[in-house]
Amino acid sequence: MKLVTAVIKPFKLDDVKSALETFGVHGLTVGEVSGYGRQKGHTEVYRGAEYQVDFVPKVRLDVVVADEDAADVVDVIVKAASTGQIGDGKVWATPVDELVRVRTGERGPDAL
Amino acid sequence: MIVDAGDTAWVLGAAALVLFMTPGLALFYGGMVRSKNVLAMMVQNLGAIAIVSVVWAIVAYSLAFGPDAGGGFIGTLRLAGLAHPNAQVPGYHLTVPPLAFAAFQMMFAVITAALLTGTGADRMRFGGFLVFAALWSIVVYAPIAHWVFSPEGWLFKRGVLDFAGGNVVEIDSGASALALAFVLGRRHGWPREVMAPHSLPLTVVGAGILWFGWFGFNAGSALASGHVAAQAFVSTQLAACTGLLGWILVERWRTGHATTLGAASGVVAGLVAITPACGYVNSMAALLIGFLGGVTGVLAVSAKFRFGYDDALDVVGVHGACGVVGTLLVGVLAMRGAGAHLLGEQALAVIVTIGWAFTLTYAVAWLVERSVGLRVPPQVEIEGLDTVVHAESAYDFGNVRATRMG
Repeated sequence: MKLVTAVIKPFKLDDVKSALETFGVHGLTVGEVSGYGRQKGHTEVYRGAEYQVDFVPKVRLDVVVADEDAADVVDVIVKAASTGQIGDGKVWATPVDELVRVRTGERGPDAL
Repeated sequence: MIVDAGDTAWVLGAAALVLFMTPGLALFYGGMVRSKNVLAMMVQNLGAIAIVSVVWAIVAYSLAFGPDAGGGFIGTLRLAGLAHPNAQVPGYHLTVPPLAFAAFQMMFAVITAALLTGTGADRMRFGGFLVFAALWSIVVYAPIAHWVFSPEGWLFKRGVLDFAGGNVVEIDSGASALALAFVLGRRHGWPREVMAPHSLPLTVVGAGILWFGWFGFNAGSALASGHVAAQAFVSTQLAACTGLLGWILVERWRTGHATTLGAASGVVAGLVAITPACGYVNSMAALLIGFLGGVTGVLAVSAKFRFGYDDALDVVGVHGACGVVGTLLVGVLAMRGAGAHLLGEQALAVIVTIGWAFTLTYAVAWLVERSVGLRVPPQVEIEGLDTVVHAESAYDFGNVRATRMG
């Protein structure tokens, strides 16, 4: 199993979610996070005082998938999240050792 | 004395409008502080209403508007406890009940003290502020109100014109704010750390309420419903609008952006500038005064960074500087009496008000800091006043935070 994690632009969340559903991924976890990459932050001005805001809002989503699906899921997310502009985010996959469905106690790929 | 029904209705209504400005100020300032201190800001404003109203009724009203004790410096205690409610207010020829006048002026005393919460934002003790506000109303506000507003006051007798409180409210609070900023000292991390407003929508709502209430403040200061009130009303609206435009034009030019906070601040700057002038100038002069108020405000708020005093929400820059501009412009633009002589008297009033307010506020704040304490300890400031001082938090976005005790 693989944990696929994506940090994307918040407004692309709906596109990514639909694309994953079409692909057959049922269920994912999302959170509002802040960060920066090459995009860097932005400047805000309050009564003439300028502040450099380093972290910009992003959405992070996590989904556990079967090993053989991982590469495809990554591609699906990248395609759906892409605008071609700086700040589109990143997608990565990491190995998962153990997975349990809390309600039934199923383990491993059965719990997907 | 003859009581006029229309005048009385307007002055009582105007008094309620002016009261509404202080909860408006709570929103205006509350939005500008960080989210950990918004309730502390708001409860200080509510507290100012309570403590200053009580002090006003017991003693401060009499010191301001009671019969002069000699030299036009301070009133006697003859009206203490709002005594003699049916006798004409000394020096006035009012057509409203003296109690209506006392109530109207009470709301002025309230908001002037409340303005000082803006300077002390993020670091002022609640209890210490209440003690400070009570003493300040007696020692700083009441004498200046007597000098300028009471027909028996020495500046009034010299011919100083202050229609609705350019001296008594705006310059007074601005100079007092500077002294308070010195006594309190800088906030932890200022000016290096970001202390951006946590909710500009609250600030905009607050600015709207201040704007609305200011019609009572300015037009109510005619103390009658008639031509003068109407002129003051129109002047107020026009100056608020040009204040907004002046502020955002300058900041668009300086920083490249017209901001929401700039627009809200510009409204207040324009209103401050027109306050001493609103009933004395014509409508086109009001346009100019408001515009110059807005331009003055946007330039003046930068001064704290240059000189290093932490006037957190710019009471010095907005109320002090724009109050001075408006008060001096009365000497130039008044429909009657404008000229070098009046300008000189206005300048004298500015200097005396700044001197008295700064010196006495410094003394009162120092005394309160040394006795009951006026600034919170550093760890409280870092954690935030809301949870530590008031045991509350303004925004609860989750439901897994707490379980009920006991």
